[in-house]
Amino acid sequence: MLRLIVQRLLLLIPLLLGLSILLFGWVRALPGGPVQAMLGERYTPEAAAEIEAEMGLDQPLPVQYGKYLLRLLQGDFGTSLQSGRPVLEEFITRFPATIELTVVALVFAIGIGIPLGYVAARRSGSIIDHSAVVVSLIGVTVPVFFLAFILKYIFAVELGWFPTTGRQSATMIATHPTNFYVLDGLLTAEWDAAWDALMHLILPGIALGTIPLAIVARMTRAAVSEVQNADYVRTARAKGIKPARLRSEHILKNAMLPVVTTIGLQVGLLLSGAVLTETVFAFSGIGSFLANSVFRADYPVMQGFILLIAVVYALVNLIVDVSYGLIDPRLRRQQ
Amino acid sequence: MSANELPVTGGPAAEPLHTSIHGDGPGGQDHGGEGVWARAWRTLRKNPVAIIGAVIVAVFVLVAVLAPVLAPYGGSELPGRTEVRPTMIPGPSAEYPLGLDRYGGDVLSKLIWGAQASLLIGVLSTLFGLTGGLLLGLLAGWFGKSVDFAIMRLVDLMLSVPSLLLAVSIAAIAGQSSMAVIVAIGVVQIPIFARLLRGSMLAQKGQDYVLAASALGLTRRSVTMSHVLPNSVGPVIVQATLSLATAVIEAAALSFLGLGGGEPSTAEWGRMLTAAQQELAVAPRLAILPGICIAVTALGFTLVGESLREALDPRNRTRR
Repeated sequence: MLRLIVQRLLLLIPLLLGLSILLFGWVRALPGGPVQAMLGERYTPEAAAEIEAEMGLDQPLPVQYGKYLLRLLQGDFGTSLQSGRPVLEEFITRFPATIELTVVALVFAIGIGIPLGYVAARRSGSIIDHSAVVVSLIGVTVPVFFLAFILKYIFAVELGWFPTTGRQSATMIATHPTNFYVLDGLLTAEWDAAWDALMHLILPGIALGTIPLAIVARMTRAAVSEVQNADYVRTARAKGIKPARLRSEHILKNAMLPVVTTIGLQVGLLLSGAVLTETVFAFSGIGSFLANSVFRADYPVMQGFILLIAVVYALVNLIVDVSYGLIDPRLRRQQ
Repeated sequence: MSANELPVTGGPAAEPLHTSIHGDGPGGQDHGGEGVWARAWRTLRKNPVAIIGAVIVAVFVLVAVLAPVLAPYGGSELPGRTEVRPTMIPGPSAEYPLGLDRYGGDVLSKLIWGAQASLLIGVLSTLFGLTGGLLLGLLAGWFGKSVDFAIMRLVDLMLSVPSLLLAVSIAAIAGQSSMAVIVAIGVVQIPIFARLLRGSMLAQKGQDYVLAASALGLTRRSVTMSHVLPNSVGPVIVQATLSLATAVIEAAALSFLGLGGGEPSTAEWGRMLTAAQQELAVAPRLAILPGICIAVTALGFTLVGESLREALDPRNRTRR
């Protein structure tokens, strides 16, 4: 198991190197080049010349890339044009918000998707089966931000059940030791602050979780349909195993293999979706900050955030692969 | 799987089509000499889901093509400019069946012109992605070894960035124009098509008929072009149909993020949806109408694509 993890971590190195080369080239391919990208609206020929000398843009490209890589390794991802703060710092302060949102979205997707897909497969042709099909269609055809609009309009603007924007009500006074607002509330025993933060997560979480819900439901349905007709399930049934044990140990456990992979693959989708959902709900995570940096052509932020998001994405996939080994004994034995 | 439910495929997407496109396969005896595509067509015609999807797509294409005839006003015209007040946006009336928007444009006309814009973006970007992906996939599948390795690592690299972010970064280089959006969405699709075609071709390479063709002394080029490739395109065509749906949605997302250029009053669904965000409490129809258009169009392409996938899947053949 440890060997697998180390192996996968080593494989990350060429991927990240390749990505850093692409992003290095990307800034140079931007209209106006890297200096324009760095200065944005503050562009003057004098400032440009100064920056060019300072950044060593007159040096050969490989030397420039080497320096860029060296800075990355020291944790220097550049400075945001909007805020003037280091990109890495901006990422770290906002990342907890996005993690909270992603967790709520995943809980929603998995909590409904797996039971829905399971029942749909077990009762093929029933109303639940048909509704699972409808849900999975909505999930793949409705744009995330349109869904976010609609949820916000119905449940926040019209009905007023949930707050419309932000992570916490402006009137709420709370301390934030970890920047995970719900967790902060629980740690400091400020229950109303935790509840308030949670309420702010519900609508964006549902909007963000709908596509993964559709995919998870669909995958579960397909996997369970296949497994429940397998020979070993028939044999187990013939041997008189109790239905409850048959369901949990023979059908569900085996059907979960492809579902776990699917859930892992959703993380990329969630990070993409977070850009849109967070913007609609003015939720200050990495997504809305990234969307803002697109609006304002804040290229250092885009460059740094894309690299950091790719790292997160790769690490999550690694965790999924490892957990795959935990579920499937066949994979464990191979290593 | 009965005909009236949605196809749900759990297995590998690139399931090879075992029968030759020209010849007859073991499953096709009852319709002697029938090819994969003829069989797929026959299955599709009987599938209500496919028909619903096809009708949606047909209506969408017709509206897009006939926009100059159907739309009461031009795409950039603002006929009701004088009637819009900062506090009031006129709703549906005899003159403007779906009302006006913030800028005084006729919502019905803009939706109709928007169909044209979306279709153009969808088709062109998918063609772009398809061409790029086919080229890379073909090179990888043809040469194998080091070429294959290099291409697949590039594909991995592109897939390591979430698709929307990749599209955003490409649009940033390509500048503010609808062409930039097409290129951005197209490039994002390249790795998907490349990987699909390569996998499909690899699966075909080991087949007996390919060995037979090589043994008969056919050159690698003619084996690849006239045997392996035609039998590998099934999953690619399915993916292309599904990509049309994704492209329409992604184009809207890029618009939402302020990419794509042009006036904020441009007759494009994503742009209309974005502009409507400010008027959500005053005139929700401004957001709901273009949103529904995007969703229904995407639904049409998805239904057609999924039905096609089901019809081409050899595992479904015996259960006919």
